[in-house]
Amino acid sequence: MKMLRIIKKSIKDAFKSVFRNFSLSMASISCTAVTLILVAISLLVTYNVRNITTEIENVLTIVTFVDANATEGDIADIKDALENIDNIGSVEYNSKEEIKEELSKDEDMKEVLATLDTSPIQSAFVVSVKDVREIDATAKAIKKIEKVTRVKYGETLAKKLVSMFDMIKNGCIIAVIALIIVTAFLITNTIKITIFSRRNEINIMRLVGTSNIVIKLPFLIEGFVLGVIGSIIPILLTIYGYAFLYDYIGGKLFTDLIVLVKPAEVVYLTSIVLLIVGGVVGMFGSTHAVRRFLKI
Amino acid sequence: MEFIELKNVFKVYNNGVTALADANLSISKGEFVFIIGESGSGKSTLTKLLYREEKPNKGSVFVGGINVGKLKNGNVYKLRRKIGVVFQDFKLLPKLTVYENIAYPLESYGMKSSDIREKVLRAIERVGLKDKLKSYPNQLSGGEQQRVCIARAIVNEPTLIICDEPTGDLDPKMSKEIMDVIEDINKDMGSTIIMATHDKDIVNRMKKRVVCIHDGVITSDKEKGSYIQNENA
Repeated sequence: MKMLRIIKKSIKDAFKSVFRNFSLSMASISCTAVTLILVAISLLVTYNVRNITTEIENVLTIVTFVDANATEGDIADIKDALENIDNIGSVEYNSKEEIKEELSKDEDMKEVLATLDTSPIQSAFVVSVKDVREIDATAKAIKKIEKVTRVKYGETLAKKLVSMFDMIKNGCIIAVIALIIVTAFLITNTIKITIFSRRNEINIMRLVGTSNIVIKLPFLIEGFVLGVIGSIIPILLTIYGYAFLYDYIGGKLFTDLIVLVKPAEVVYLTSIVLLIVGGVVGMFGSTHAVRRFLKI
Repeated sequence: MEFIELKNVFKVYNNGVTALADANLSISKGEFVFIIGESGSGKSTLTKLLYREEKPNKGSVFVGGINVGKLKNGNVYKLRRKIGVVFQDFKLLPKLTVYENIAYPLESYGMKSSDIREKVLRAIERVGLKDKLKSYPNQLSGGEQQRVCIARAIVNEPTLIICDEPTGDLDPKMSKEIMDVIEDINKDMGSTIIMATHDKDIVNRMKKRVVCIHDGVITSDKEKGSYIQNENA
């Protein structure tokens, strides 16, 4: 009961204090809002880059051509060998007859094929890889399999694209972490100013026999409240701003290959992250700031 | 062991100033003791050691059997709940009313609001400010603010009341009123009162025990003493 009364009083005091020290509260809220907007942007970029990388990985395959003289037994052996390679995702066999049939659907191609004495078409396995970064090593391993004549994949371009996106993704993750640290630092400092202006009050609390935890509690709640209020604008910008941007550019960036993540899949998670970062960072910022006044 | 005991206490501040040197003092329960001395003589440091606002560098300070100097930071509040402190600058919270200021310590202890109300009204009645319950500190005179500070100090019925220059900022008439209130508390509640002051008139008039400090050294300790400017006076 006693603890409950203290918590109730602390919550009341925290809200009172937010309004009583309005200008300083506004400073804390705006500083939190600005940094959390940057955190939101970095998070959204990270999600999208990760999504694009996964898309590219999904469409990238290694075409493995099989010797024209390979028997059915050889083909089964190749399939087994392919499936035993670590980085292989799926393996699909297309016989030269199937490929020819597929190509013959196109009239021009049918004519071209008709003029040739011997068919240049080879049976092939279409192999997807789990990790595009390892595609070179995987292709080399495939080449070593008996009765495999050659392999073909979108070597350099795909790799460059993936490594570029990897860099952007890693850059964004570093930016998110750095921004969270900056947010914590800014909130701590702003709250420090608030608390410094109230050091007299804290001193009186100590002198009349208030325990440290009871002194800290209202500041902790106040920091949480300021952080949560500070995250409201970034959350609204995330939800409505991203949806607007998505609609404005039609969900794609430059080409059909670069598809943005749908708003519903990303904005709510980002909002929750912002809310938690705002609240927790505010809470720790204020307790950290008040601690120095509790030492003798 | 006496209620308050200082044994060979030394206090040297970080800037090298020796505020107390080999101080020894015993005070019984219910006593009224003046600590006198010039500004900077060490009387405030002595009172601060009692409510653990300062720690001794050497020696020990006992209050009600507790070795105050060895008390952990996290437990200091337990000691302070047994001590009421009256300050020269009142130390009232400006954004709280008289009632809220007096109730503040009890609220922070998690006391029931009905108990708080009863105790606050009793304390405010004792200092004679019942009609100012809803006023804010800046709407009160210096004497009235000091009465609020006294009411806050006595609201939890402490066994020890420490007054650090309580009349320092008040005119003689107001000072007398405040001293009357403090003396009544000493008589009625039986609280031990330790008052640091350099108000000659008050000390001479009240005829209580007087401990004199000069440059951090206790130079005299007399029952029913009077104000002495220095040890040769």
